[in-house]
Amino acid sequence: MTDNSLRSSLSRARGLGSAKTGAEQWWLHRVAALALIPLTLWFVFSVFHLLGAPLAVVQDWIASPTVAAALVLLVAVGFHHAAHGLQTVLEDYVHHELTRLGTVLAVKFILYALAVASIVAVLKISFGG
Amino acid sequence: MVEFALPANSRIAVGKRVSHAKGAKRTKTFKIYRWNPEDGQTPRVDSYEIDLDKCGPMVLDALIHIKNDIDSTLTFRRSCREGICGSCAMNIDGTNTLACLKPIDDVAGDVKIYPLPHMKVVKDLVPDLNQIYAQYAAIKPWLQTQSAPPPDRERLQSPEERARLDGLYECILCFCCSTSCPSYWWNGDRYLGPAVLLQAYRWIADSRDEMAGERLDDLEDPFRLYRCHTIMNCTKTCPKGLNPAKAIAEIKKLMIARR
Ligand code: SF4
Ligand code: SF4
Ligand code: FES
Repeated sequence: MTDNSLRSSLSRARGLGSAKTGAEQWWLHRVAALALIPLTLWFVFSVFHLLGAPLAVVQDWIASPTVAAALVLLVAVGFHHAAHGLQTVLEDYVHHELTRLGTVLAVKFILYALAVASIVAVLKISFGG
Repeated sequence: MVEFALPANSRIAVGKRVSHAKGAKRTKTFKIYRWNPEDGQTPRVDSYEIDLDKCGPMVLDALIHIKNDIDSTLTFRRSCREGICGSCAMNIDGTNTLACLKPIDDVAGDVKIYPLPHMKVVKDLVPDLNQIYAQYAAIKPWLQTQSAPPPDRERLQSPEERARLDGLYECILCFCCSTSCPSYWWNGDRYLGPAVLLQAYRWIADSRDEMAGERLDDLEDPFRLYRCHTIMNCTKTCPKGLNPAKAIAEIKKLMIARR
């Protein structure tokens, strides 16, 4: 959209129409935020308890199926929430279309890679690999 | 990216000082943003010291006094001078509001007046509203129906249904809210902003309208609607005491309800 374009204001405002998406992402973001409250509290509380514990105890803790499941959940939900949050920030502040697309993709790739790495680590300990 | 500094041709210089308060008992200084597209100069802030006993109580009265008696080049919009036309919206003492509803006495110290933030300026205190009017037109702000109107009367609405429009119909489209919204500043080309979204909800909430689904379809968009992050500047600044943030939240609720 260039400034000397002769397009009508209405044509600009209507643009390419609505993307007809966004509601689902918005809802998921809220649900994830809610789920993160108990998960994070539980995690902080547990780590506090394990402070100074020997490695074997920590490994045993992670290996328990409930703990492993909760950790995987925490990682998946946490990174999803972070990815969506950062995407929102980038969409707010980066205005060049290609830069925006590039940074959003890069950030999402990094966060999802970290999520997968964390989940693999949890499973590896949990299955005694 | 977001611009943190003004571009060179928008930097504001100190303008002239005019005193028009000889022998006055009560005086006040108005520091007013001036820019003329035709003189090739950058914007400046002019100061006018006036005699408060020579003008009415509102900021708009002072502006009219300055234009009539001191400096006829001062340019601003106004029409009704009673908070109903929405023309005199501007940034007074750091807040977007209507000059005709803002008492001069509410401002401690000098009264600083700028055009609505982050809009192109036509001249002095007059912002370019073309784009935001077009965004308003784009939400089709009129009753849309499929069923034929009753042949003998208007379409009826119960008192309860009518009551649902309270807090929406009073909007005078002054755009104080949209121009106070950071999301609208950064992405106003695609984000509709609080004023237009409140209007969109006004038609969705109207029991006589039959196109709520299509209206929601047109709004469901990461930019048009979901750039609102509930920052609440809009609600805080609305000179009519309306709550655009709540109207936007209602739209978001309906988006979930219809899934
Ligand atoms: S609540 Fe939404 S519309 Fe209102 S100022 Fe905040 S982001 Fe803008
Ligand atoms: S909601 Fe309030 S501030 Fe926004 S345009 Fe309407 S009257 Fe003006
Ligand atoms: S002059 Fe009409 S709202 Fe102020």
